[in-house]
Amino acid sequence: MREVAIIGIGGTKFGELWDMSLRDLGIQAGLAAVADAKLAAEDIDALYVGNMSAGRFIEQEHVAALIADYSGLARDNIPATRIEAAGASGGLAFREGYLAVASGMHDIVVVGGAEKMTDVGDVLAAEIQSTAADQQWEVVFGATLASLFAMIARRHMYEFGTTREQIAQVAVKNHKHGALNPNAQYQREIDLSTVLNASPVAEPLGVFDCAPLSDGAAAVVLCSMDRARSYTSKPIRIAASAQASDTLALHSRTTVTSFKATQVAAQRAFRQAGRRPEQVQLAEVHDNFTIAEILAIEDLGFFPKGQGGKATMDGETALGGKVAVNTSGGLKARGFPFGATGVAQLVELVEQLRGEAGKRQVPDATLGLAQNAGGTGATVVVSLLEVA
Amino acid sequence: MATARFWRENPSRYNLKAVRCNNCGRVFFPPRGVCSVCHRKSIGKMECLNLKGEGEVFSFTVVHEAPSQFEILKPYMVVMVKMDEGVMLTSQLINSDPKDVKIGMRVKATLRRLGEDGPSGVIYYGYKFRPIEG
Amino acid sequence: MEVGIVSYGAYVPRYRITPQEIGRVWGSDGEAMSKSLLINSKSVPAPDEDVITISTEAARNMMRRVPEVDPKDIGALYVGSESHPYAVKPSGTIVAEAIGCSPNMTVADYEFACKAGTAAIQTCMGLVGSCMVKYGVAIGADTSQGAPGDPLEYSASAGGASFLIGSKDIIAVINHTSSFTTDTPDFWRREGQDYPSHGGRFTGEPAYFKHVTSAAKLVLKRTNSAPADYQYAVFHQPNGKFPQRVAKMLGFTDKQIEVGLLTPQIGNTYSGAVPLGLSAILDVAQPGERVFVVAYGSGAGADGFDITITDNITRFNRSAAPLVSHYIEDKKVIDYATYAKFRGKIRVKEEVA
Repeated sequence: MREVAIIGIGGTKFGELWDMSLRDLGIQAGLAAVADAKLAAEDIDALYVGNMSAGRFIEQEHVAALIADYSGLARDNIPATRIEAAGASGGLAFREGYLAVASGMHDIVVVGGAEKMTDVGDVLAAEIQSTAADQQWEVVFGATLASLFAMIARRHMYEFGTTREQIAQVAVKNHKHGALNPNAQYQREIDLSTVLNASPVAEPLGVFDCAPLSDGAAAVVLCSMDRARSYTSKPIRIAASAQASDTLALHSRTTVTSFKATQVAAQRAFRQAGRRPEQVQLAEVHDNFTIAEILAIEDLGFFPKGQGGKATMDGETALGGKVAVNTSGGLKARGFPFGATGVAQLVELVEQLRGEAGKRQVPDATLGLAQNAGGTGATVVVSLLEVA
Repeated sequence: MATARFWRENPSRYNLKAVRCNNCGRVFFPPRGVCSVCHRKSIGKMECLNLKGEGEVFSFTVVHEAPSQFEILKPYMVVMVKMDEGVMLTSQLINSDPKDVKIGMRVKATLRRLGEDGPSGVIYYGYKFRPIEG
Repeated sequence: MEVGIVSYGAYVPRYRITPQEIGRVWGSDGEAMSKSLLINSKSVPAPDEDVITISTEAARNMMRRVPEVDPKDIGALYVGSESHPYAVKPSGTIVAEAIGCSPNMTVADYEFACKAGTAAIQTCMGLVGSCMVKYGVAIGADTSQGAPGDPLEYSASAGGASFLIGSKDIIAVINHTSSFTTDTPDFWRREGQDYPSHGGRFTGEPAYFKHVTSAAKLVLKRTNSAPADYQYAVFHQPNGKFPQRVAKMLGFTDKQIEVGLLTPQIGNTYSGAVPLGLSAILDVAQPGERVFVVAYGSGAGADGFDITITDNITRFNRSAAPLVSHYIEDKKVIDYATYAKFRGKIRVKEEVA
């Protein structure tokens, strides 16, 4: 296995991008990343695209070839592969690209994540989101993805005494971070009462506990470490990228207050990198619902099980806290274009590790973690990036 | 046509058909061919059974934003139920006021309409839960 | 061979709406309607209930009371209703799967306005009596609708009951059945129409009263019985008044029909009406007591039955399933808007992709 670095990053703004199509989004992010890496098109060996549901959102499958085509790569006939794992599609595409370079099969790979979600109505978009759960044994019976996370929240409150306010604080904190991110969908701070008094979606979760529907794309360029410095003076090393699975249906697990896949992927990642959770200075975690961030910061080993709510309320996950979680604003405030999210997390980590994160910069950041989950955690990818 | 996709699950939807691994005793729902714990040791030892339909609420929520199929039921309750056989199921809880529902509450499965393939399509039926009286 | 009821089970949806509430919306005197129909409230099915779910619940209640009966010994199942969810595709196949008696059996759906359930009982009697099947299941259930504002809307309700007909361990012997049938179009629903139509007062004298009294008299004559020989009587009950009047015409007392008269509380459950009334009687009847039954179906016909409760009822586990009185009492009153939403009377938007 070769060492692999990220040498370029790019992304679109996240939000309701009415005048942009999926191909527009993919190209804008991809070209920005390629430009950032100072590459020429002919340098690229392969393209990986994370996308959850173009088939349902825009009735288009075969999107890897589409994006390769419109990025001007079709004439080079490079392999272009679409990866799907619901909300973890982006993180998984990144891992596949990483493996392709680490194995020596390719030298330079572009990994993109893109989702165009606002071409359908909100109700249908939520239904598409719920296809990440078990259609036959959860969704058919009336469960939505929000309702499954609501039941996780209820259970976390029951088992650990986590409060509604602690859960809500995740949204408050992520909006505060998002306000510092010029690419975030919501660059506006909110207070606790806004979250608590919002219309209910699935009790106890309300509108402000849910990540929004977004359009957007993000891309990174991967390169073998031995060649990385010929493109950039600030290569970011992929210290680890680990993946784990769990049962598709939430009810098939012995516990719902932990995502075993997050725990296992994190253990594998920390082992691969020879690092410990305490060494992580910043983390982008999958807060598709507020409660998911509390599970994540516990399952990643930042805080003991059951203490995630308290840690959040105490500011330990805010900028300046013990570990800065979701400095980008997270899925909640930066936005949540499904397939783009896992890649956008890495873009944020790279900006931070390069020291280019502006007002939300974590001082002297050298080690960052990204946790990207699909559905109710049936697929989780945990990656560790460090300054090379 | 989604007709066959739903139809083939009817034994579990109507009568809670499950499977027990006679190597370890674990019950799986819906039925699966191999025990996910015992793996090959379970081959030939997976035995079908119908769950008795009773269990207790493991977690619950009230859904206010629902897919179009469930619009008319809003707000409705969704529960995870730990069945007496040890396996967990997700469905709706009916005949209950959310303020009376608690984790641990005893419930029983009953047959209701789950949805339909539009007004001229096939109607799907399956289990929902209701409180056990008393 | 003695043929009769081996077990039974009932089900009534828990939602109720009052005539006063319906009258309020349509500018009618709901109070007067309530008095003239003798209906205090009617049952309303939840949006996820229909004849199939009601029949299944009733049939499962029936099976709970006789755990010793192997469902595979059931050779026939009939669901009588005028509101089957499908115009083509039987309700009975789903009920049969749900109580575990398929596939080596026969199933069919029946329709004869409000007497389809008793027609199913007669069919099962024939199959059991001729030894073609060991057990037959006869179900009468409806989620009947009246057009908004139509007088029918004050009464048309939902419910059903299921009977296991057999020749062994009978709790109620059916001594005799007779029917009276003519072509009388007092009430109908054309293919593709949402709501039934009716002939107004034509549904009374030449229809309900003529057929019910004729079938009743046939039964009394053929069994050489008099009204006083029965502890209980149940007549089809499109409202509270008709069965009282027909009972009086035939010489039955208010006391005899009291237990089986459910329409004042739950409205007219159509094919479920006489089956539910009979179930309420079986909930309380004692060995040796006799039950007189006449169901009526528009179009028109009446099925009469002479039934005697056996000693087996003392060993029969009634409490293994809810009694009719449980369903009468377990209720939640809703307003007209909720009722209209539940019953699909409001046009909803189609999802735009």
